[in-house]
Amino acid sequence: MGYPAEYRYTKDHEWIAVEGNRARIGITDHAQSELGDIVFVELPSVGSAVQAGGILATVESVKAVGDVLVPFDGTVLEVNDGLESAPETINQAPHDAGWIVVLEIADPAVVDGLLDAAGYESFLAEG
Amino acid sequence: MRYLPHSSADRRTMLASIGVFLIDDLFADIPEEVAAAFRPLGLPPKSEQEVVAALTDLSARNAAVEKTCFIGGGIYDHYAPSLVDHVLSRSEFYTAYTPYQPEVSQGTLTAMFEFQTLISELTGMDVANGSLYDGATAAAEAVLMADRIRSRGRVAIARTLFANARRVLETYGWASGTEVVELPMLASGRTDLTDVPDDVSAVLLQSPNALGVIEDLAGVKERIGDALLIVSINPISLGVLAPPGDFDADIVVGEGQPLGLSMAYGGPLLGLFATRAEHLRQMPGRVSGRTVDAEGKTGYTMAAQTREQHIRRERATSNICTNSALCALAATVYLATVGAEGLRHVAELNLEKAHYLADRIAEIEGFDLPFSGPFFNEFVIRPSEDATAVQRRLLDAGFLVEAPEGLRSFGVENGLRIAVTERRTRAELDRFADVLGGAR
Amino acid sequence: MKTIFDHPQREGIGGLFPELDVPRIGAEGLIDRALLRSQEPRIPDLSEPTVVRHFTALSKLNYGVDDGFYPLGSCTMKHNPKVNETLARLPGLAGLHPLADPDLAQGTLAFLYELSDLLSRIAGMPGISLQPVAGAHGELTGLFLFRGYFEARGETERRRILLPDSAHGTNPASAAVAGFSVSEIQSNDAGMVDLDALDAELDETVAGIMLTVPNTLGIFEERIAEVTDRIHAAGGLCYFDGANLNAFIGRARPGDMGADVFHFNLHKTLSTPHGGGGPGAGPIAVSEPLVEFLPVPSIEQNGEAYALVWDRPNSIGSVHSFYGNVLVAVKAYAYLLQLGDEGLRAVSEDAVLNANYLQERLKKTYPLPYDRLCKHEFVLSGKGLAEGVCTLDIAKRLIDYGFHPPTVYFPLIVREALMIEPTETESRDGLDRFAEAMERIAAEAREAPELLLDAPHQAPVRRLDQTRAARDLVLTYPFDDREGGELA
Repeated sequence: MGYPAEYRYTKDHEWIAVEGNRARIGITDHAQSELGDIVFVELPSVGSAVQAGGILATVESVKAVGDVLVPFDGTVLEVNDGLESAPETINQAPHDAGWIVVLEIADPAVVDGLLDAAGYESFLAEG
Repeated sequence: MRYLPHSSADRRTMLASIGVFLIDDLFADIPEEVAAAFRPLGLPPKSEQEVVAALTDLSARNAAVEKTCFIGGGIYDHYAPSLVDHVLSRSEFYTAYTPYQPEVSQGTLTAMFEFQTLISELTGMDVANGSLYDGATAAAEAVLMADRIRSRGRVAIARTLFANARRVLETYGWASGTEVVELPMLASGRTDLTDVPDDVSAVLLQSPNALGVIEDLAGVKERIGDALLIVSINPISLGVLAPPGDFDADIVVGEGQPLGLSMAYGGPLLGLFATRAEHLRQMPGRVSGRTVDAEGKTGYTMAAQTREQHIRRERATSNICTNSALCALAATVYLATVGAEGLRHVAELNLEKAHYLADRIAEIEGFDLPFSGPFFNEFVIRPSEDATAVQRRLLDAGFLVEAPEGLRSFGVENGLRIAVTERRTRAELDRFADVLGGAR
Repeated sequence: MKTIFDHPQREGIGGLFPELDVPRIGAEGLIDRALLRSQEPRIPDLSEPTVVRHFTALSKLNYGVDDGFYPLGSCTMKHNPKVNETLARLPGLAGLHPLADPDLAQGTLAFLYELSDLLSRIAGMPGISLQPVAGAHGELTGLFLFRGYFEARGETERRRILLPDSAHGTNPASAAVAGFSVSEIQSNDAGMVDLDALDAELDETVAGIMLTVPNTLGIFEERIAEVTDRIHAAGGLCYFDGANLNAFIGRARPGDMGADVFHFNLHKTLSTPHGGGGPGAGPIAVSEPLVEFLPVPSIEQNGEAYALVWDRPNSIGSVHSFYGNVLVAVKAYAYLLQLGDEGLRAVSEDAVLNANYLQERLKKTYPLPYDRLCKHEFVLSGKGLAEGVCTLDIAKRLIDYGFHPPTVYFPLIVREALMIEPTETESRDGLDRFAEAMERIAAEAREAPELLLDAPHQAPVRRLDQTRAARDLVLTYPFDDREGGELA
């Protein structure tokens, strides 16, 4: 699966799709494949303020727990409720239907510091 | 050594194949100063026969077991059907490890699933775990769990918790930074719920409580705001008493020893833990879940494991690993053997016999029952003479009761706590009352 | 497999308990109706033959040490002597109420005291508590002692526990419950604590370190004294996880290595069975500075008599309802008496011999990431055996050959780990047969991988769907779907 060129990425394997001051966030195809079959997703509450480096959501497979980290300060605008009943969506479509959270970005400039698709892929290749 | 199968020739062949000459070469990595500091025990080996004789002699020095037991306090002298120990003696159960490989552990996992179901049914909750260590640590785990859910750093507990549960709870609370505040007691022996602080994560009540009194759980939930309600129970009492689930309890804990376990000088025991489905992700301990195999056949495996220490490490819902699986199996076999009818019957025997004895004692001059609240199989009596002297008189007549000191923390300076199970006959109860009444 | 809820029920079983022999009042006459049960719990009423056959059938779906080789790494699945079971059922021990006056419980107190003394001398440490009932419970109790110790010294900022990256999951979890944070220390290339990485962490916020000796790779920390000296010099304490005591019992003592707390797993090293997940027992031994903080009550000797001592002002309190798992303790005590010094030394010798013998043979077939003499266990990797085959497949295929699989995917620092602990009670022939099976499985992985991927073929059930179990949690019997439910 390719990594969409219009997205930004973190070294913690989150993708970020920036739409104005909104950032849609999910985990990368690499992350979902490392975790295996996802069985449960714990989502934050809408309206909560989150700080960079904190835990935004947790994604659980049978025998692993992955933290989705907050890439930059912001406020939770939307969460993907559908994941509660169908967590496997993250396995099936990690980069679109499997999105996890939409954040309002406090400081849009922070996005510039993230990896682009090519940068993320070479980061993966370094392994 | 009888437990070691190798001959000397085996050992020589094996050493040669490893490429070393001496067994000691295999221990060369133990630092010299550590090896030099070693001191043996000075313990010569004994035969199995000698060891059995020595422990049989020691067991004969436990004079308490020769007496007729009227002690309770969470551990009771109940009758366990023969079937329980028969099943526990099957080595397929007792020599297995934790069921990490479900395909060769379906016996343990199916029984665990049955246990979870039985405890959920008994307590009126949605889900139970596969067991914790004992009733006291189960209460402590419940408090920590509730404080994870509500995050207020404070919990309120009834003064009338068993003293040992209280001690364990305070130790866990101290270390984890959860403050424990006490709810006072009414003259009836019930907990005073008029002034529950509104900034607590949970309210923990025990029913029947340490004085034997059944708490009035009806309406508690409305009085405590959004604090979680934790109830500690005696599982046999739930043969007649309404389960805490009927009163919207959030977590139910208890000591499972009455369900077919021996008193064992207090261990091993069985921690019961049940909760509502919405709190499952915060629940401590293992659970067995139903699934299917590659051919679609029903089977069982450990489920919701991401809560546990081997996956979540420092963020796990508890550090528990080894629990009380075989004791949970005992409880499962016990409940399957007695059935709903038998459980009600045994609960009624406890209830009726305890009240018969209490009524007889209340008629004796110089004795009264200080607490007016309803009770199940345990109650407090207050003699006008020195309670220790009464305890001694009972002992001389062959009756075992607990020393009065245990009641002092509940404000009972001179009292005795009496437990009556189905094992006590009318003749024993009459004789017990006669001894209190002054008969020799 | 049927559950007890699937068998036909019948009414009026009775016969277990006598009829009421005092005048009946009735529950309604004794307790407010609102507090009485209004609905029967759904506990089936079954005849005794039904219950016997049900649980006998269940037992046959299990695999225990009595069934065969059980090389589960770090679990020390050795033979459980049958006399253990006899002793734990002595009526004088099993029927003793824990609140009976200690004067009437002298026999049990005597052996608990004697066992404490033996454990203290095995550890080479002065204080013992028998209260912890599992290894993780011992860890927790030990860390409570750390808290008590630092609070008494006013060093409340010491809230950080150092853990090697090979640590068992209970270590960080116990640290967290005891109110500590965790800092991980990387292992060096030899699989031991990296002293430079250790030094970099040492400061006045460090409460101590938790070590497993030998570590979870089965390797003895050769510089153990240096590790513990550095921790002590920095003002910290050393916790030793005793899960691997079988590697050096009768030859070395944790007290001589600098341990401040050491927990025993009586259900591992000292042969009491594991019970399908418990009950175990996790007594702790402690160094002199921690003795005053040990849980109450302690068991002490007073002239000829043994007593429970509660009056210990600096104690952390209690960690168990009573005095720990007494009927597990009696088994460990009997085991020690039978073995004596000579037997204990033979235990670690044969345990280590067996592990090295198997390691030497299997490393020719499977990758051995840390290739050196091991202690009582070793860790292979299932990685790269054949395309598309992983450690889990190897484990499941072992079931078909009649063996219990090793510990898999632990320690975390070895990819696709297979952690093998043969114990001293396995015969050479048994080890050879296991090695042959592992070799055949390696060949099958290349030649007929489907035999592994579809394994087990010879178990009560085929491979179970873990994802379904985790995703659609069914944790209690679905009574409501009983009619339509499929119950094979």
